[in-house]
Amino acid sequence: MSGKGHQPIEGGPSVGVPAEGEIRIGVYVCHCGSNIAGVVDVVEVTRWAGEALKDQGVVVARDYRFMCSSPGQDLVTNDIRDLGLNRIVVAACSPHLHENTFRTATARAGLNPYLCELVSIREQDSWVHTDKAAATAKAKAILSGGVERVRRNTPLDAINVDINPATLVVGGGIAGIQAALEIADAGFHVYLVEKDASIGGHMAQFDKTFPTLDCAACILTPRMVSAGTHPNVTLLTWSEVTHVDGYVGNFTATIRKKARYVDESLCTGCGICQEKCPKNVIDEVYEAGLGYRKAIYTPFDQAVPRTPVIDRENCTYFQKGTCKACEKFCETNAIRFDQQDEEITVDVGNIILATGYEIFDARRIAQYGYGRLPNVFTSLEFERLSNSAGPTNGRIVLRDGVTEPKTVGVIHCVGSRDRNFNNYCSSICCMQSLKFAHLVKEHTGATVYNFYIDMRTTAKSYDEFYQRVMEEGTLFVRGKPAEVTEAGRLPGEEGKLIVQVEDTLAGRQRRIPVDMVVLSVGLQPRPDAKELATRFGISCSSDGWAIEKHPKLDPVATMTEGVFIAGCVSGPKDIPTSVAQGAAAAARVLGRIQMKQMNLEPIKASVHSEHCSGCRICNTMCPYNAISFDAAKGVSGINAAMCQGCGTCVAACPAGAIAGTGFSDEQVLAQIEGLLRVGADGAPLKRSAYPGTRQDAIEEVVRT
Amino acid sequence: MSRYLYYPGCSMDGSGRAYGESLTAVCEKLGLTLAEIDDWNCCGATEYVGVSLSPAYSLIARNLAIASKAKTDGEPLVAACSACYLNLAKADSYMKERPQLGERVNVALNAGGLHYDPGAVEIRHLLEVIMNDVGLDQVRANVVKPLAGLRVAPYLGCMLPRPDPDHRWKNHERPDDLDRLLEALGADVVDFPLKTECCGGHMTQIAPKVGLELIKRLVDEAEHHLADMMVTVCPMCQINIDAYQGEMNAEFHTKHKMPIVFFTQLMGVAFGLDQKKMGIGRELTDARPALKKIGKELQAVAVEAGAAHRPRPDKRALPMPRMDDEAPAGEARQ
Ligand SMILES: Cc1cc2nc3c(=O)[nH]c(=O)nc-3n(C[C@H](O)[C@H](O)[C@H](O)COP(=O)(O)OP(=O)(O)OC[C@H]3O[C@@H](n4cnc5c(N)ncnc54)[C@H](O)[C@@H]3O)c2cc1C
Repeated sequence: MSGKGHQPIEGGPSVGVPAEGEIRIGVYVCHCGSNIAGVVDVVEVTRWAGEALKDQGVVVARDYRFMCSSPGQDLVTNDIRDLGLNRIVVAACSPHLHENTFRTATARAGLNPYLCELVSIREQDSWVHTDKAAATAKAKAILSGGVERVRRNTPLDAINVDINPATLVVGGGIAGIQAALEIADAGFHVYLVEKDASIGGHMAQFDKTFPTLDCAACILTPRMVSAGTHPNVTLLTWSEVTHVDGYVGNFTATIRKKARYVDESLCTGCGICQEKCPKNVIDEVYEAGLGYRKAIYTPFDQAVPRTPVIDRENCTYFQKGTCKACEKFCETNAIRFDQQDEEITVDVGNIILATGYEIFDARRIAQYGYGRLPNVFTSLEFERLSNSAGPTNGRIVLRDGVTEPKTVGVIHCVGSRDRNFNNYCSSICCMQSLKFAHLVKEHTGATVYNFYIDMRTTAKSYDEFYQRVMEEGTLFVRGKPAEVTEAGRLPGEEGKLIVQVEDTLAGRQRRIPVDMVVLSVGLQPRPDAKELATRFGISCSSDGWAIEKHPKLDPVATMTEGVFIAGCVSGPKDIPTSVAQGAAAAARVLGRIQMKQMNLEPIKASVHSEHCSGCRICNTMCPYNAISFDAAKGVSGINAAMCQGCGTCVAACPAGAIAGTGFSDEQVLAQIEGLLRVGADGAPLKRSAYPGTRQDAIEEVVRT
Repeated sequence: MSRYLYYPGCSMDGSGRAYGESLTAVCEKLGLTLAEIDDWNCCGATEYVGVSLSPAYSLIARNLAIASKAKTDGEPLVAACSACYLNLAKADSYMKERPQLGERVNVALNAGGLHYDPGAVEIRHLLEVIMNDVGLDQVRANVVKPLAGLRVAPYLGCMLPRPDPDHRWKNHERPDDLDRLLEALGADVVDFPLKTECCGGHMTQIAPKVGLELIKRLVDEAEHHLADMMVTVCPMCQINIDAYQGEMNAEFHTKHKMPIVFFTQLMGVAFGLDQKKMGIGRELTDARPALKKIGKELQAVAVEAGAAHRPRPDKRALPMPRMDDEAPAGEARQ
């Protein structure tokens, strides 16, 4: 199918430079293998475009199996040179995917890239229809709209901005630490902001990590120490980013450093304050509620930094006005009860969000008894139980703190793959449950049941680990337990927890008495995920996971230039993937830094100040905070570098005072007019498909 | 005064008389007007739907058609019997889901000059109306004789609150509505693990051994938790546990004497209404001795039983998970 299609119309093309004002359009229709061609008759669409759109300036129309391939792009560049084309329309996939590809090709041939339009006949047509005739007609309509639009396109020049070489990394889990170290090691400055008292994230809570069972602390703490001591890293723990201004290359972030009530420059991290503090508090964060800390504390011994924080709500001095035991014993006089929260601002060129996840709240599934039945534990609690630095020094015992279980049941998919809660698979829980089975066996020799729906052990060395745990004698029951109950009635059930489950392999109901139940709860976005996304101008799914620029091809970038994501902030992941993403995000940022400058898309909105009434409706609507109000002139203005060209303000302006380069009213209305020129049967419409005049039709579409 | 249409169902005048009497009095006290619909018929209980679907749903829908005609201002139709409620709700939602069934049912209704459009009537259970429309604050405000000292096992049976086509109930797997209501009355409420297990339904008629075994499980467990009585929302559950306890004892050589009453009876008692008028004494396993405990100290054994499943306090014991904050227990996403 090598570029056959409908060759130059009317006895061959007129070669050479187009006459002044003459519009010469090339149309290219992509098969996308069978993705488009399976539903849309691309040959017919191409034939039609070459003939019916001739008056609109179409000089050549071709179809090709894969337009994005190198020979496909060559069709475009050769035609620009040979046929003197000055406008290009490619009918293929979504502009998100390949607009850039074809604009770059257009530029290669010496034409301004913004004279090329990509219209989607895949996402908006072949992928969502099955009726071939109707889909073919729709492709014609879409293409006709694209042709009308491109006629009105004007050459645009990219905007050039400088890139500040400093980077902000938000979240000091393993993903954020990795990203920070990669950039710092390359010689550039990083601000690493962590909301807790220490970096480390969830990984710092684990004892062993699957599938290799290496000690989490042994592999994590060296990284934490590097991040804490690296000359290129400014570590800001007990801190949160409260506000972000600016645009790629030139962000300004406002960071609130919460008062630690300890002078970091004087504290040696000796720990005497924690020893002497009389107030014991249940540690809901690091110990997952299973252990205690003091009111002045570092979350764990290997914390980075070593400087403790005072938990105001639980400190006797702050609550009752007396005590000050920590102050009395501190040898360097580092305690500062009068310390205040501090606001600092930093200028950075790029931002990496690595804020991770939280675990599913097991109390929501009441039939599993968490919080009611003492010996039902969550996965994080189990991690703390099995951790030699945890509340039981690594003894796996029941809630009484003494008794070793003889039988343990691990329930998979708690809150995941469950349409009442989260539909998605949390991806790490199968492996985590296998790890638990192994650790129980190793520590106690107890019998372990794994209750699973499907086993998903797909990464490197994961299935081998599954085999190993099977060989160790863990029992696997395929079925999602209906409930965990204390109501025993059969011999052997007295005093036990009974897991009621349909064994779908045996095809029967079973009641399995155990001493301890571990709920492998799923992963979910942090409660402030949506707020955080808004603050950094990125989007997240309805669940709250950050959305990648492209799920396959650009998994660490976001739709917002200069803001990247790494680790579990975009969805459940294991440690290897989180680390790989941290490094990948760092590589993307380093690339930007090396470029020193960057071109921004010139697709921008701008305000005609003479039409602007100063109503300020657009100010709050802009998702990128690009619009501000000039009080002196009484009009709003748009910062071109921050504007992402989304068009929200253009649509919202009641006075029609905002126009977009690349999406002016004229272009959009012409595109609609082009769309409406083709009827549902593919035939040109004599009258508009809508009642009334064509103008009515356009207004109808604009309204709906 | 809130007005509701009321579908009593057959048992309210028969085996569930105590329910009918007490709920009428309690609703009056709470300002709920129950307007009984005219000329209603049996809902078919659990049996008929097992025999033939179209006639079974026609039988049920006849009541819905009557209710939709009787409706003046969008009043919901309330049932207190779990089987009646579930049948009405199921008929309505299946007619909606399967237009063919809806058509067939309406052909049948047409013979009697009736018609029912699924969705036309809002169908609700009395317990849910009290929980959501009246509210526990209002219930508490009416309590003059708190049930302190009385240890009760809340027992919903298997027909509430699932299926729940209109998403009215918060938690389907481990509902706590009845628990919270009884707590509001001041009773000492057992965390009853079998609260949604089946009482055997009509098994006592067709396979007595199966039925008696199911009853035994429930009574055993209530006894194990040292409950003074069981409390239910369903006439079928009540009659099975109450009337078949003797046979059950004979079958299993046990000596259980576990009374079971309707929740509205206890509401009436707590509201200071006359016990006899609340139908107390109609039950076969006498609840009166247990009711004498009201106002007395909770017996020490019972206090300990409550703690029996908790670990013995020990310095080494690990803290229990926090349940105080916004505890979203059981809330499924809608
Ligand atoms: C019980 C359990 C066991 C597991 N075991 C294994 C295993 O054995 N092997 C394995 O490969 N994976 C395992 N995982 C998965 C592993 O936890 C994750 O892959 C890894 O922790 C992801 O790292 P992260 O940096 O993306 O997120 P996190 O570890 O969640 O770190 C995020 C960090 O960001 C901080 N933060 C959050 N919000 C903000 C904010 N607004 N501002 C500043 N800082 C913020 C947090 O405090 C935290 O320090 C396990 C998971 C669980 C739940």
